[in-house]
Amino acid sequence: MTVRLYIWQRATAALMAPLVLIHIAVIFYATRQGLSAADILSRTRGSVVWAAYYGIFVAAASIHAGIGVRNILTEWSPLDDRRAGQAAIALGVLLAALGLRAVYAVVLS
Amino acid sequence: MSAPLSDLSVSLWRGGEDGRYQTYTVPRRDSQTVLDVVTFVQRHLDPTLSYRFACRVGVCGSCAMTVNGRPRWTCRTHVAKVAGGGRLEIGPLENLPVIKDLATDMAEFFRKWQRAKGVFAPSQTRHDAIAQIRPDTPARAAADAAIECINCGVCYAGCDTVRWNSEYLGPAALTRAWTLVNDQRDAGNRDRLQAVAATGGCHSCHSHQSCQELCPQTLNPTAAIAGLKRRTAAAYLKGEIKT
Amino acid sequence: MTARLTKHRDSALWIAAMVHRLSGLALAIFLPFHFLALGLAIDGEASLNGFLRWTDQPWVKFSEGGLVFLLTVHLLGGLRVLVIENFAWRDGQKQLATLAAAVSAVVAFIFLVRVF
Repeated sequence: MTVRLYIWQRATAALMAPLVLIHIAVIFYATRQGLSAADILSRTRGSVVWAAYYGIFVAAASIHAGIGVRNILTEWSPLDDRRAGQAAIALGVLLAALGLRAVYAVVLS
Repeated sequence: MSAPLSDLSVSLWRGGEDGRYQTYTVPRRDSQTVLDVVTFVQRHLDPTLSYRFACRVGVCGSCAMTVNGRPRWTCRTHVAKVAGGGRLEIGPLENLPVIKDLATDMAEFFRKWQRAKGVFAPSQTRHDAIAQIRPDTPARAAADAAIECINCGVCYAGCDTVRWNSEYLGPAALTRAWTLVNDQRDAGNRDRLQAVAATGGCHSCHSHQSCQELCPQTLNPTAAIAGLKRRTAAAYLKGEIKT
Repeated sequence: MTARLTKHRDSALWIAAMVHRLSGLALAIFLPFHFLALGLAIDGEASLNGFLRWTDQPWVKFSEGGLVFLLTVHLLGGLRVLVIENFAWRDGQKQLATLAAAVSAVVAFIFLVRVF
């Protein structure tokens, strides 16, 4: 872990702290009485606010999870730094791709 | 002299990395320390036992070993405090290669000290006026709080990040670097911050705080390393160091 | 093989760091599935709704409670790290770490009570 990765890791963490609190609140509100697709989509479809919120969340989580998993791989797996970095980037890209697709799904489809 | 109380069952690590524990019976005494126990074995039961000590009074750090699962100074560990049920298990410090029995090779520990640039870099000569160091400035207070390290290796032996990451410089080396970062006379901070910001530097620390819990000098390497994280992050963002 | 043990892992702060790491790993593994589920909306509302009916099963709700716990405990553990690294040292961290775990458990429990 270098200073550059550290800064990205801590910055995305700090950014996500309020985002996670909002997300937990959303979870509690959404599940107050059974969960339906209509409930969710009627609120998210066409919403710039939800798109921005979840878009930023996905980007930050992808970076944060990637760096976190990189640390775990370098310390707990036989992979060397380079391979661990590649695996981490792959995870980050996967999360970003699936995550932005999910944002598209609930906002634009 | 006090009368013997009962006997202790003492398991000592014998051999190198591929050694084994061997058990001895040692008479118990009042105010006995773990170092007393090891010394008794070597003098009266098995002269082939290898171990290190020097001052016997808790100022040199040479006698550090793993006692019942925890790295400690054996000269300052009372048997009464740790030998539950009259049993002791004593091994060499972890995270260091074993030379023989209870003695480890501390070369890597000191190499990492150098790698962390834990060495004073002078900014003046003998021809300059003596530096005026106020003890109550925040920087000097921070340095003083971390300066009493005697390189015993207990924090290094107790650190899981050292165990998992062979490049990690470790709590002691980074704590020394921190004291020098705070030393107003030192001129080597750019290289030093660069050294502790690289792979294996301060950012590898996960704040388990085992070092702080274990340090016999009650130092706080976790806090020192947190300070290094702040300084290196600021230096990086200002372009003073590269990744 | 050297058989040398260390007991410092009984410390609340070491456990907090380990829980933080393991919860993060679990969330990183869970997240792709979460995104795939939401992505069902691309196939239409009925598709997403069908999935949501599947989640009505008790064992799924229980797992969701577990996920809420993981998310909360990872957040609180992360805040602990950010505080250690950016603010002046404060003692009493062990109590705070234990409190964080307790709060996470309570939050997850409240979630479970509401969805069952």
